[in-house]
Amino acid sequence: METVLVLGATSDIGMAIAKKFAAAGYNIQLAARKPELLGPLKSDIEIRYKVACSTYAFDALKYNSHAAFFDALKPDVTITIFGTMFEEEDAFNDWSLAETMINTNYTGAVSILNIAAKYYIAQQKGAIIGISSVAGDRGRASKLIYGSSKAAFTAYLAGLRNKCFKDNVHVMTVKPGFVYTRMTENMPLPKPLTSTPEEVADIVYNGFTKKKNTIYVKWFWRYIMLIIKNIPEFQFKKMKL
Amino acid sequence: MIKPIANWGNYPVIESNEESFVFDEQLDELVSKEQPFIARGNGRCYGDASLADRTISTLKFNKILSFDAAAGIFECQSGITLDQILTVIVPQGWFLPVTPGTKFITIGGALASDVHGKNHHVDGSISNHVLDFDLVLASGDVITCSRSVNHDLFEATCGGMGLTGVISRVKFSLKKIETSFIKQKQIKAANLQELIELFDTYKDYTYSVAWIDCLKRGEHFGRSILMLGEHASVNELGENQKSNPLKLPGNKQITFPINMPSWVLNQFTVKAFNFLYYGKNFKKEINNVVSYEPFFYPLDKVLHWNRLYGKKGFVQYQFVLPLDAKQGLIEILTRISDEGLGSFLAVLKVFGKQESMISFPKEGYTLALDFPVRGNLLAFLDELDELVLKYNGRLYMSKDARMKPKMLVAGYPELEKFKSIVKKYNPYGKIRSAQSDRLLLTDTK
Repeated sequence: METVLVLGATSDIGMAIAKKFAAAGYNIQLAARKPELLGPLKSDIEIRYKVACSTYAFDALKYNSHAAFFDALKPDVTITIFGTMFEEEDAFNDWSLAETMINTNYTGAVSILNIAAKYYIAQQKGAIIGISSVAGDRGRASKLIYGSSKAAFTAYLAGLRNKCFKDNVHVMTVKPGFVYTRMTENMPLPKPLTSTPEEVADIVYNGFTKKKNTIYVKWFWRYIMLIIKNIPEFQFKKMKL
Repeated sequence: MIKPIANWGNYPVIESNEESFVFDEQLDELVSKEQPFIARGNGRCYGDASLADRTISTLKFNKILSFDAAAGIFECQSGITLDQILTVIVPQGWFLPVTPGTKFITIGGALASDVHGKNHHVDGSISNHVLDFDLVLASGDVITCSRSVNHDLFEATCGGMGLTGVISRVKFSLKKIETSFIKQKQIKAANLQELIELFDTYKDYTYSVAWIDCLKRGEHFGRSILMLGEHASVNELGENQKSNPLKLPGNKQITFPINMPSWVLNQFTVKAFNFLYYGKNFKKEINNVVSYEPFFYPLDKVLHWNRLYGKKGFVQYQFVLPLDAKQGLIEILTRISDEGLGSFLAVLKVFGKQESMISFPKEGYTLALDFPVRGNLLAFLDELDELVLKYNGRLYMSKDARMKPKMLVAGYPELEKFKSIVKKYNPYGKIRSAQSDRLLLTDTK
């Protein structure tokens, strides 16, 4: 059976995606900055879905470690979920926070996915799924650094899809809107626009099996963002978003 | 985020700041905050036991840690629901050792309520099958408890309504099954006396429970349907069933769409329901083989069935009376019938012996009734309390939303011991609920 590598497996979405692919019969490689937290998820996946599951340390910011890390795993599908989000005002005032966000969400993701893509191109098969964000569709004040890091990541994934197309490598961009996670449980989110991590995982898996290019979670976010992207800049710059 | 929450009875409703955790270290962090809290699972107790200004939800702490399919030993984090456990263990030939009438409860909640099932007279309550568990104390210390280690905490936690600490991990033994089907027998009893005799005649059945019509008077007072069951063996299955003896039931569910207006439930509709429910069994006795789902969890098929009782919610009243207090059972049922407060779900069961510190079950008759919240209900329940006390009975805390402290004192002889253990490990009432405050189980603020 094929193997899926989940990068950022301690996040709510990472866990849900790992379970979804395990339920579909894939063996699972879980990777996170704190692999010691992954024991319960590993046993849960092995017992519920009767697939192999292993855990690894992965730090998106340690670029030099990425090649050896990937080389030891060689999964059939690589999924990046990891990302950092600080308060934008804090990040605006403290370069180290802004730098960590940019380097985790963009530089680190590019580092590991370049390596994965090279391997898949050589194999002439493979799949890469990148969890980006609707926040990357248009820059705005309330998502200044986070949004721009995701915009860069979205552009990278589009370029990678173009580069790898002829080599039979599927690259899928996922743009979730609001998601109920432990990080957002203190925010009042609009219920109709918000997904559970399990819903995100279902949509990601379906998109993967249908070889989609870019998917929004939920689907209507595509149209919400279409409207937002089409607001003229002279107007947009005056808005509080 | 602060939001209104309620348990299954939708009464009472309180504003609570609910937070969740996925990892032990996050639980640690939540417990170390200053504000008092109570742990909360799937909110399927009925009253105010898992309600507080601050609640810690265990629902994301739901991983399976180990499953020995040869020995039938299961270990998991406390927020997993019985529903999820069944989907893993049934196909491998195992069943829950004890299950209440819903599978939508967490294992942590099951232990904190020390739940019982239709097999109580044979297998006891859930704590009987627990090998050990981890408890996160108010101090943040994590303690493993079993019958041999930290025995006092083990006893005070089983049925202790979460007041000793947060149950974080549970290891328990399962029941071996050959098939996922139940060989069931339903017998109609014309009145209460006949029902009590039938319970005795069929006491060797593993599972037994009776639905009882509490509005019927005269010679049919207490007419009922006794439901008995055994796990079926392969050769007892029908041809279709044999093709997959450990089949999981499908999860087709319907959702009760809206809160019913409260006038819908009245004496007449309940009488009509009872007439139909009793009358649907034409024969005196029915024998058949069914999936475990309709046998154990008939109501789980209807999500949000509690909406039947309307916005104001309902109170479930469950008491147990000793075996020699048959007269008390008659008096209480008469009182309910006089008041015209019949309940759709009136369930009678005979408990076997049980020795425990604070768990509800003890040998005798237990009756559970649902009453919609109405103007005079609370006064009426206080009257029933007097009858329960008169016959040396007691009430089930997991169902309770309104009893007075003296009711608990009278019903639970080891209450002082329980309180002293709670005080020892939860000294400043850091772990507390609306219920524990009401029942004076934790020091008031």
